[in-house]
Amino acid sequence: MNILEIQNLQVSVMNKPILRGLDLRLGEGEIHAIMGPNGSGKSTLANILVGRGDYQITAGTIRYQGEDLIVRSPEERAMAGVFLAFQNPVEIPGVSNARLLKEAFNAHRRYGHLPEMDAMTFRTHLQERAKHLGLSDDWLLRPINVGFSGGEKKRNELLQMLVLEPNLAILDEIDSGLDIDALTDVANGINALRNNLRSMLLITHYPRLLEQVHPDKVHVLIGGRIVMTGGMDLAGRLEEQGYGWLSEVAA
Amino acid sequence: MLDSNAVNSAISQSYKHGFVTAIPSDTIPTGLDEGVIRLISAKKREPEFMLAWRLAAYRHWQGMTEPRWSSVRYPTIDYQNISYYSSPLTNNPDSIDLKDVDPKLLATYEKLGIPLSERLSLAGVAVDAVFDSVSVATTHKKKLAKLGIVFCSMSEAVREHSALVQRFLGSVVPPGDNFFAALNASVFSDGSFCYIPPGVRCPMELSTYFRINAAGTGQFERTLIIADKNSYVSYLEGCTAPQRDRHQLHAAVVELIAMEGAEIKYSTVQNWYPGDAEGNGGIYNFVTKRGECRGDRSRISWTQVETGSAITWKYPSVILRGEGSVGRFHSVALTNNHQQADTGTKMIHIGHNTRSTILSKGISAGFGHNAYRGLVKVLAGAQGARNHSQCDSLLLGNTCSAHTYPYIEVKNKTSKVEHEATTSRISEEQLFYCQQRGLSREQAVSLIVNGFCQEVLRELPMEFSVEARKLLEVNLEGSVG
Repeated sequence: MNILEIQNLQVSVMNKPILRGLDLRLGEGEIHAIMGPNGSGKSTLANILVGRGDYQITAGTIRYQGEDLIVRSPEERAMAGVFLAFQNPVEIPGVSNARLLKEAFNAHRRYGHLPEMDAMTFRTHLQERAKHLGLSDDWLLRPINVGFSGGEKKRNELLQMLVLEPNLAILDEIDSGLDIDALTDVANGINALRNNLRSMLLITHYPRLLEQVHPDKVHVLIGGRIVMTGGMDLAGRLEEQGYGWLSEVAA
Repeated sequence: MLDSNAVNSAISQSYKHGFVTAIPSDTIPTGLDEGVIRLISAKKREPEFMLAWRLAAYRHWQGMTEPRWSSVRYPTIDYQNISYYSSPLTNNPDSIDLKDVDPKLLATYEKLGIPLSERLSLAGVAVDAVFDSVSVATTHKKKLAKLGIVFCSMSEAVREHSALVQRFLGSVVPPGDNFFAALNASVFSDGSFCYIPPGVRCPMELSTYFRINAAGTGQFERTLIIADKNSYVSYLEGCTAPQRDRHQLHAAVVELIAMEGAEIKYSTVQNWYPGDAEGNGGIYNFVTKRGECRGDRSRISWTQVETGSAITWKYPSVILRGEGSVGRFHSVALTNNHQQADTGTKMIHIGHNTRSTILSKGISAGFGHNAYRGLVKVLAGAQGARNHSQCDSLLLGNTCSAHTYPYIEVKNKTSKVEHEATTSRISEEQLFYCQQRGLSREQAVSLIVNGFCQEVLRELPMEFSVEARKLLEVNLEGSVG
């Protein structure tokens, strides 16, 4: 079964068309990479999936687990298991990672008609997951993203994903601005989260991450449409030849 | 940027304490003259010194003009159109024994979450409840008396502990200190009195709960707390009032005196009726609060969470007279709808090596107007004095405002004074980030506001810290679209 089905999606920002008829099908447990040059609509796609405002959907449908996603509020989508690892996660001074995650985790529990987890149990639950990513207990008490390095912010996004256990994770340029070691950490994190129920969309510019994650499919997004779909060989060709040779396909 | 229309249309403050208790009351006619003051004093069967003190204050007040230097705006108050005394009628006016108190009154406090019967009262908290102009009940008195602690209504203290009252009343806030303090000194009706004897650590939180019920009245309570040598007390006041469309004046005075080695912690959770969304009604909270660290190594800290009132205008201050004494001020002030707040503190360094800390958190939403105003004054003799001030403002939406007026006067070169200030806005990015993790916008605002205030909230005694968090939540309800 497809967890995500996008058909003929057309989206504008301030009346300027960004996505022009995008089609995408993502199966359960699959990882798909979406590559493309700057301005091709990759981040718009990520933002649309999580219900960010400031975008007008002018045509098309998005079905998540078989149901219309567009009508749902951002928090409903989150609680139903749609997670976005932000490209530039925002700082929230005064609010600790642990605090946000506890609130978020229990919001998910309530949505699933499960009892809330008490503070002590949750702390253990959280610490186990933080350890998995090599994050200290101190980290959990730090205010969200305040003074974090680029690599720390990305790892923090992965921690949240590990705690909230989404069905569909969209990772928006999780590899940008990372050195080789940090990139390997992030790739290991993604691989650890991989299972046959969880699907992921990896939005990236570079094949480096894909070499360590091995997506099931690679899509190329140019001019608001998916112009080509392939496997890792396609990512390799893009690394060598760039996107120029695809512009004819896109046109 | 938040969508301001969505913000404004959604702001609706739901005030949970707006009910009125239908209870027969003895309310004197509106107006103020010497006759009214004599009447109040007679009703309270006060000793002669008290009446003389009141009359002197009144004569002083007549020559004073209402101050206009604050940033708050309100129509002229007609002082002849206020009733200066209102008390619920009881069968036996001499008694404040709980079994003689009108059950409706007890029910009022139950409804407010302040059970007055000692059996039910909050574990470890002694409560003095002030209803309109009179104290209706003080709990845990006997237990406290065993330790020599006096905790009673001010009326009772004037009669039963007149030597203490005469020695300390007005010694920190003199009757002619300012316009509202002088008015209070003339007509104050009740309030709490507390004396902790030398070396005693008060084993429970002492608390006063103020309730304005009668319409068209003012509330002018006066609280006096004395911590004798090496004693300790933690004190909390809470306040609510019914929802009425006319403004009501609350002009209280609080005096704290800490002798050598003593410590007083004074916490306020102020939730007077703030008025409706259009700015009609609500309490004018014009209060003078001041403590004096009279002895060496004494400490006074003020913690306030101000969520209510149409206008909050107060500066809980500390006079640091004793050597090595410490003053602290921690404040959260929330203004939503048309609320205005002009609040802060004064730290007056007189003694050697005195220290003070100021931490102020202002939150503004709707058309709220929030000002921090503070004075740090280091006198010439205050060798080695130190102060650190931090004033942070948080804005929700774009129709509210935040202002900071720090005044610093330093006359001693060995002192060190620091001031930091920040202003931030809850951004759409922050809200969306929380939503993407599964929180509603309201939950997100509450989470961010709580994070912003947490350094202050954790200064409150545990039970009240929980209460304060809830109040902030309620008062921000619907403040984002």
